[in-house]
Amino acid sequence: MNTHRRLLATAHTATTALGAAVALGVATALLAVVQASLLAHAIASTFLGGAVTASLAGTLAVLAVVLAARALVAWAAEVVAQRVSSTVKADLRLRVLTAAASRGPALAAERSTAGVALLTTRGLDALDAYFGRYLPQVALAAIVPVTVVCCLVLVDGVAALTVALTVPLIPVFMVLIGRMSVARRNRRWAMLGRLATRFSDTVAGLPTLRAYGRADAQVAILGRVTDAYRSATLETLRVAFLSAMTLELLATISVALIAVGIGLRLATGNLALETGLFALILAPEAYLPLRRLGAEFHASEEGLAAARDAFAVLDARVATTPNGGVSIPALLAGIAVEGLSVEQSGRLIVAPADVSLVVRPGEVVALTGPSGAGKSTLLAAILGFTTPTAGRVWALSADGGRVDITTLDQGAWRACVGWVPQTPYLFPGTIAENVRLGAPAAGAADVADCLERVGLIEPDANPDRVLGEAGRGLSSGQRRRVGVARGLLRRAPILLLDEPTAGLDEAAEAQVLAAIRTEANRGAAVLLVTHRPSAIAGADRTVAVRWSATTTPPEGGQQ
Amino acid sequence: MSALLAVLRYGRPVAPRLLLAVLAGVGAAACAIGLAATSAWLISRAAEQPPMFALMLSVTAVRAFGIGRGVLRYAERLAAHDAALRVLAELRASVYARLARLAPAGLAELRSGDLLARLIGDVDGLADLWLRVLLPGLAAGIAAAGAVVLIGGLLPVAAAVLAGSVLVTAFVGPLAAAAVASQSERSLSPARGAMADIAIETLRGAPELLALGALPQALASLEVTGRVLADAERRSAQGAGVGTLVAGLAAGAAVWISLLTAIAAVHAGTLTGVALAVIVLTPIAVHEIVAPLAPAARLLPGLASSAGRLQDILRRPDPVCEPASPARIPPGAVGLRVRSLCVRYPGACADALGPLNLDLVAGGRLVVSGVSGAGKSTLAAACLRFLNPSSGTLALVDGEGATHELAALAGDDVRRVMGLCEQDPHIFDATLADNLRIAMPDARAEDLEQALDAAGLLSWVQSLPAGLATAVGEHGARLSGGQRQRLALARALLANVRILILDEPTEHLDERAAHAFVADLDRIAGLRAVLVLTHRPELFPVGSWPRGPSITLPHSGL
Repeated sequence: MNTHRRLLATAHTATTALGAAVALGVATALLAVVQASLLAHAIASTFLGGAVTASLAGTLAVLAVVLAARALVAWAAEVVAQRVSSTVKADLRLRVLTAAASRGPALAAERSTAGVALLTTRGLDALDAYFGRYLPQVALAAIVPVTVVCCLVLVDGVAALTVALTVPLIPVFMVLIGRMSVARRNRRWAMLGRLATRFSDTVAGLPTLRAYGRADAQVAILGRVTDAYRSATLETLRVAFLSAMTLELLATISVALIAVGIGLRLATGNLALETGLFALILAPEAYLPLRRLGAEFHASEEGLAAARDAFAVLDARVATTPNGGVSIPALLAGIAVEGLSVEQSGRLIVAPADVSLVVRPGEVVALTGPSGAGKSTLLAAILGFTTPTAGRVWALSADGGRVDITTLDQGAWRACVGWVPQTPYLFPGTIAENVRLGAPAAGAADVADCLERVGLIEPDANPDRVLGEAGRGLSSGQRRRVGVARGLLRRAPILLLDEPTAGLDEAAEAQVLAAIRTEANRGAAVLLVTHRPSAIAGADRTVAVRWSATTTPPEGGQQ
Repeated sequence: MSALLAVLRYGRPVAPRLLLAVLAGVGAAACAIGLAATSAWLISRAAEQPPMFALMLSVTAVRAFGIGRGVLRYAERLAAHDAALRVLAELRASVYARLARLAPAGLAELRSGDLLARLIGDVDGLADLWLRVLLPGLAAGIAAAGAVVLIGGLLPVAAAVLAGSVLVTAFVGPLAAAAVASQSERSLSPARGAMADIAIETLRGAPELLALGALPQALASLEVTGRVLADAERRSAQGAGVGTLVAGLAAGAAVWISLLTAIAAVHAGTLTGVALAVIVLTPIAVHEIVAPLAPAARLLPGLASSAGRLQDILRRPDPVCEPASPARIPPGAVGLRVRSLCVRYPGACADALGPLNLDLVAGGRLVVSGVSGAGKSTLAAACLRFLNPSSGTLALVDGEGATHELAALAGDDVRRVMGLCEQDPHIFDATLADNLRIAMPDARAEDLEQALDAAGLLSWVQSLPAGLATAVGEHGARLSGGQRQRLALARALLANVRILILDEPTEHLDERAAHAFVADLDRIAGLRAVLVLTHRPELFPVGSWPRGPSITLPHSGL
């Protein structure tokens, strides 16, 4: 229920939708009553009274208007609901993507990006059913049966009593059976998410699978996964449809009982035909919205589950580091890392373990260490993406003061840091757009200059060349150098580079290293993760990073 | 629409289950119509106050119809869902199997967000074709036809009116809705694709956007894309209800005209008064059953474009021509001979590699070096038969010196002989052991450990609490770059290939580890022939690399 309330509170337009649904529900109910009485009158007076068409002209004219009005009201309800759904979806989609993207690298470690992307597209589309069909039907289900019972009481107490007793049973059964199916439904949605992840992973790995001749074997594995998905879905449906069956049974048996009851009372002369017909035509109208609600209830379940998943992403938004809001030292003069350790969740190792270092403006410090020692994690800690288990990162100021970066305004701190990750992510667009990502105001000449400094020259790396997804069209060495150019263009006082020369030949490496040195000479404090001897040789100092199996700090540190 | 028809054939294997669903659906619909008709007759007849036994049959029928509807409806829904899910499994498997033939060269231009949307969205969406369009449509159509016949026995004019109104609901309404929907689908579909693409790009690039302070701009363009989509959806909302409107008006007209003609017929004496209520109330029940067809038909254009996209994948030509009757792979140790090889990516206008000549003798070692972009990975793809040469030949050389052209061999056979350790290997979201067993599904734990040891990863794996059962995360997110590379190397070593191609094997290793690896590679590789693709040939000097000649690729400027 909580999810319902939260979903309705999502956009103020949702309240409008609720209001419109109620208004249209009341209109539908009144039209149904008028239609039933007109039909009953026309049939009864023709059958028993021998009325002719002319004498029924008024009745027939009003009936035509009522029938047309019912069609128009149903149409209006659908249009309004569809519009509301679009607004709510757009709002939720943006909020979920904002929350997910704001978590940076933490997102990929916890949830699959493909899963979140699926949620914000196909997942939220399921809300169409919720707003477009379920919500208006809820209003009808609440309004129409009450109206019908009220009208029946006036003409036929027995039929009114039958409807009044059976209608409340339907929601009771639905809630009972619905409770049973909630857990299964959630499992089904989780399974669809896993299926999406599995597909995306398998398709992304198809080149590898084919290289090992395993692509065809995956057909069988995917078949098994799909099969498990099918049986889990059917299991859910077996129970979910049970509630629909109960509802159908109650509704149709009640109508049958009312019909039989009316028939017997008519046969004994205890009821007028027109009254009997009125009750017979009106009674099914009481159950119709509930029956449709049953169908829509299950149609909207996926939407509700998606909404719950979306709210989970929204609720999980916790800043990886507290956002202190302290302002950056006016004269930022490098960074100091003091006794920093990060416990790697799920791996029971500490990487990096107790690392300390200082980088001053104008310096290039190389970070070395075996794979998995935590070099990239150290950079992530400096960026505030990772919260250290122990130790601190200080922003140094020229007057000798220092500020813990966790107390700084996070956005302002990151604005001082240029970062070139190990595998730079290149967005679809031109090379220039990618380079300009961290410095949107930079001119074309600056972009060309940065590209040239890392040895990317035309025609290979024409700034206006359009790249495909994830930098397709460039070799991995070229992609990496575009990433370096992107970092250089930021002209940040602190520059962090993660293996910027991996995959480069000697000439290109020399160019990139020279460009990095120029940045240092300009006054940047440069921290460089590298394995390469020429990069290490070109650095002013080297700091070895190591991991440890426990939290006890290993020996070593600055060399 | 032809794509939809093509998709229908996936229903053939589950035809009996589909038939069952239709039969149960017809039964349920017939019960609903029967309930309305018999209760109308019962009440009218009762009003004439006949002896009680004259009513007994209709009383029983009313009760039976009342119970039958719920039970049959339950059976119909279960049968339909079971059948539809089975059809989807077939379809999904076919699409995947096709993708497996196309990857990697035949899928180059598809964006991963879009590809994902195709696989999951399109296949799952096609469930509606069965569940909401075909099966209910057939059931409602058959039941409605029965009702028309029933009314026809009483008053032919009313039957014609009912038939006409049902046809309008079933065809005119959906056609009007489809016309509106296909118009909106044209603007919706690109907007949806753009949304999926930008969502996945933003999420994948989130760390950098965040670090570079570019997230606000990215979110702003996300908002713009989202607004374009929402606007397109809102514009299509008016069309959404067209089917409902037509269905509502048709139902109203059926009731009204039936009443008018029936009143006249009673007066004319061609219709008994008892049947009057039946004539008027039956159309209400019939329309209640056919009404859901209008919103269902609205799905058709979307389903057709889903089916079209799937057909595009299913019908895409192979990027590599497989020989009709592949030659047999020569037994024993083999070498590789490459003559005047040029390779071009599908759709590219220049060769990515070549012309290249090289000879790798059985059990030999060869280093091919070149700057980044010189075509090293392209050579690897051509060797594995992922790409066709645009000219020149690749051939295996057997012990007797006879050559066996790769073009005459089956791709899977070639890849059983030649293995590749990629530069950016894909690590699956599974355990370490699962990732290794891709190369050798029945490998024992000792085999895995041996391969890990050779790749220099064993001590680390043994230090993990879960050992080989450690999950590595999406794209190996829980591993460092070096660990991913070594895991891929261990995987390549585990595959029992005769020629091992290593694409930048020392890439993510530190200097000492790289030298140690090169010194050890001869022992690790054993009797396999090894082709090393590297931009650092100095790591493989003739001294530490006993039989290692070297070829340098010219910078071709991809």
